[in-house]
Amino acid sequence: MRGYSHGPPLFLPRLEIARNRPVTEFLDKRLVFVTGKGGVGKTTVAVALGLRAAAEGKRTIVCEVAAQENASRIFEHAEIGFHEVEVAENLWSISIDPDESMREYVLLQLKVRAMRDMLFRSRIFGYLAAATPGLKELVTIGKIWELAQLDRKVKRGRKYDLVIVDAPATGHGVGFLQTPRTFAAIARVGPIHSQARELDRLITDHAHTGVAIVALPEEMPVNESAALERDLRDEVGVAVDRVYMNGLYPERFTNEEVERLRPLSDAEDGSTRAAARAALSEHERARSQRAQLARLRRRVEAPVKTLPFLFEPELDVEAAGQLARRLG
Amino acid sequence: MANVGEILAGKDICICAGSGGVGKTTTSAAIATGMAARGLKVCVLTIDPAKRLADSLGLEQLGNEAKRVDPELFERQGVEMKGELWAMMLDAKATFDELVARQAPDEESRDRVLGNRIYQQISSALAGSQEYMAMEKLFELHTEGRFDLLVLDTPPTRNALDFLDAPRRLTQFIEGRSLRVFMKPTGLAAKVAGRGASVALSVFKRIVGFDLLADLAEFFNAFSGMVDGFQARAKRVNSLLADPHTCFLVVCGPQGEPVDEAVYFHRKLVEAKLPFGGVIVNKVHYPAEKLRGDGADLEAALVEKLGDADLARRVAENFADYQALAERDARNIERLTTELRTKGVIRVPYLDEDVHDLAGLAEINRYLFASSEEREAIAAGRA
Repeated sequence: MRGYSHGPPLFLPRLEIARNRPVTEFLDKRLVFVTGKGGVGKTTVAVALGLRAAAEGKRTIVCEVAAQENASRIFEHAEIGFHEVEVAENLWSISIDPDESMREYVLLQLKVRAMRDMLFRSRIFGYLAAATPGLKELVTIGKIWELAQLDRKVKRGRKYDLVIVDAPATGHGVGFLQTPRTFAAIARVGPIHSQARELDRLITDHAHTGVAIVALPEEMPVNESAALERDLRDEVGVAVDRVYMNGLYPERFTNEEVERLRPLSDAEDGSTRAAARAALSEHERARSQRAQLARLRRRVEAPVKTLPFLFEPELDVEAAGQLARRLG
Repeated sequence: MANVGEILAGKDICICAGSGGVGKTTTSAAIATGMAARGLKVCVLTIDPAKRLADSLGLEQLGNEAKRVDPELFERQGVEMKGELWAMMLDAKATFDELVARQAPDEESRDRVLGNRIYQQISSALAGSQEYMAMEKLFELHTEGRFDLLVLDTPPTRNALDFLDAPRRLTQFIEGRSLRVFMKPTGLAAKVAGRGASVALSVFKRIVGFDLLADLAEFFNAFSGMVDGFQARAKRVNSLLADPHTCFLVVCGPQGEPVDEAVYFHRKLVEAKLPFGGVIVNKVHYPAEKLRGDGADLEAALVEKLGDADLARRVAENFADYQALAERDARNIERLTTELRTKGVIRVPYLDEDVHDLAGLAEINRYLFASSEEREAIAAGRA
C-alpha cells in the first residue's frame, strides 16, 4: 500500500516484539489467539490466517469459543459443533463448547467408568461446575491446550501444526486469557491448580504462542485495541505480535483530483452528480481512516498491518481467501 | 414509517440492544439527546462511551452517579435544548456491592459476602453480572422517579441475547441447587442425599481442590440470608422490562450477520413478551440515483466533463462499488422489514466522519427523529 509513513515508535517495547517479521514466521507458532472488540472482523481474520497457514502446508485448526458459529457461516457449513471438521484442504474447524469441554476433561481425569456414569447422572456436578467462576473458560482453554498437543490426549486425535483461536470479544477478551492465572490463584491446591498454571505457561510462552489484535479504523476500536494491548501485556503477561487494521478503504483519489471532482457534485446529470458525491465521500472516509491508522500506530507497540475493505456483499470463504493472500 | 420520537412517546424506559460494534453507545447518546432536546428530563446509562464523546459532553469523570450535561454545551453547538440531559457510566462492581449492602440482613453478613474471594470474582467477572447490574441500576433509577425517560446502552455482549438471559443466569447461579448442598449448617460435611451427589461432590473436590470448595461453601453460606431478597428483586426487575412503558430498540448494522442477529433477537423479545419498539440500522449505504444505461455511459460522461480518462474510470469504479454495497444494504433491510413485520425500521446513513461530539449526535438525530419523507429527501440529497 502506498502513502503510509511509519514513524519511529514512541517507546521501546518492554517485551521483545519481533518487528517486521513476515506473517509466515508468525504462523510458525503453535498457537495463535486472534482477539479484539466485537464486530471488527475477528472471525474473518482468524479464518484468513488459517487459510494462509493451510496453503503453506500446515495442518491448521481454527477454534471458535462460546458457540459463536461464525466460522460455520463463512464456510457455509450447517453447524460445526464440538467436532474437528475439515473445511478446506489442510484446514479444520471446531466450535468449543464449555459443557462438552468439561465432559471431555472429566473423562480424561476419571479412569473408573462407573464413577463417570454416576457423575454424569448427578446434576450436582453440573451445578457445582456452573457455580465456580471461571471454570467454563478454564476448561475451554484446556481444550485449546489439548488441540495444540503434539501427542493428543483424546483418542485418534490428529496432530496440528497450528491452532488458531477466534477469542471472545474484548471486555471479556483479557478476562478469557487471564482465566488460568486467576484460577490458579483461587484454587490454591489440587490438580486444577497445577493444570491452570500449566495453561498460564502455555499462554505466556511467547516462543510458541502468538496474539493478534484486530482493529477497525474508527475512534472506539482504536482506543480499545490500545487498551487491550496494554492489558494483555500488564495483566496477562503476553506480548501482542501484530495488530491488524481491518477494513481500510483504498485511497483512490488525490487531493488535487478531489478538487477537480468537487464542481461535479452539483452537476445537472443525476448519475454524474451521484458518482462525484460518492467519490468525495470515499475520499473523506479514506482520509479519516488514515488518521485513525496513524493514531493506532502511535498508540500500540506491536507492528500494525493493514487489511483492505472488501467491496463484497457478504464475507464468505472467497473473501477470507482474498484477505489471506494480503496478510502481512 | 415511524421515527424515534413517535416510538418513544409515553415511554419511561428505552433499552438499546444489539451485538457488539453496531454503534449502540452512539445511538443511545443520540436518542437521549434528541428526547431531551424535545423537552424531557432524560438520563442515559452507558457502559463505556468513546472518550471523545464523553469529553465533548463534558463528562470526563463519569461515574456510577448520574451527572447533568452542561446546557451551555448545547447552545454552543447550536442545539436547542428544551429539557435536561443527564448521563452516567455503569460500574457493575459498585452496583453489585450496593445491592449486597442493601439486601444484607446485617453488617456482618454484608462484610462476609463482600470479602469473599468467590464473590469478588462473580461481581466483576461472571458472565451476566454486568448485564444484570445494568438492569438493576435501571430499576433503581426508575424507582426513584427523577427522570422522564431512561435510555440504557446495553453492555457489549457477544450477542444481544446475552442481555436478556442475564437475570436468569445470575439468579439461577445464586439460588442454584448447588447452594443447598452447602447451605446446610454442617457445610461440607453435609449428608448429601444420594450416592450420586456425594460422588459428584468428592470428584469436584478432587478436581478443584478443598480450598476452592471451602470458599464456595463460605460464599453460599454468607449469601443464604439474601437469596429471597435477590429473587424478589430480580422478579421486579423482570416485570419492569416487560412493562408497556418500557421499549426495546434493536440496533444493528446493514450486513448479513448483524441483520440475522437482529431478526433472532426480535423473535426472542416476542417470545419473552417484551415490548419491542423498532430497529435502528446504522451505517447504511443509501442507493444513489440509478445508473442510466450501463457503467460505460457514466464513464463516457465523466471523461467528457473531466477530460481525464484515468480519473473518470476510477470515479466510475468507486461508484459501482458503492452501489453494490447500497444494493446489499437495501436487500438486507428489506429482509429485516419482512421478517419483523414492522414499519419501525429506521435507517441512519454511513456518515463520512465518525461521530464523537454533539454536532455528530445532532446529525444522527436528523435521521432518527425525521419523518419518513424527510429521511428519504436527506438521503437522496447526500447520496
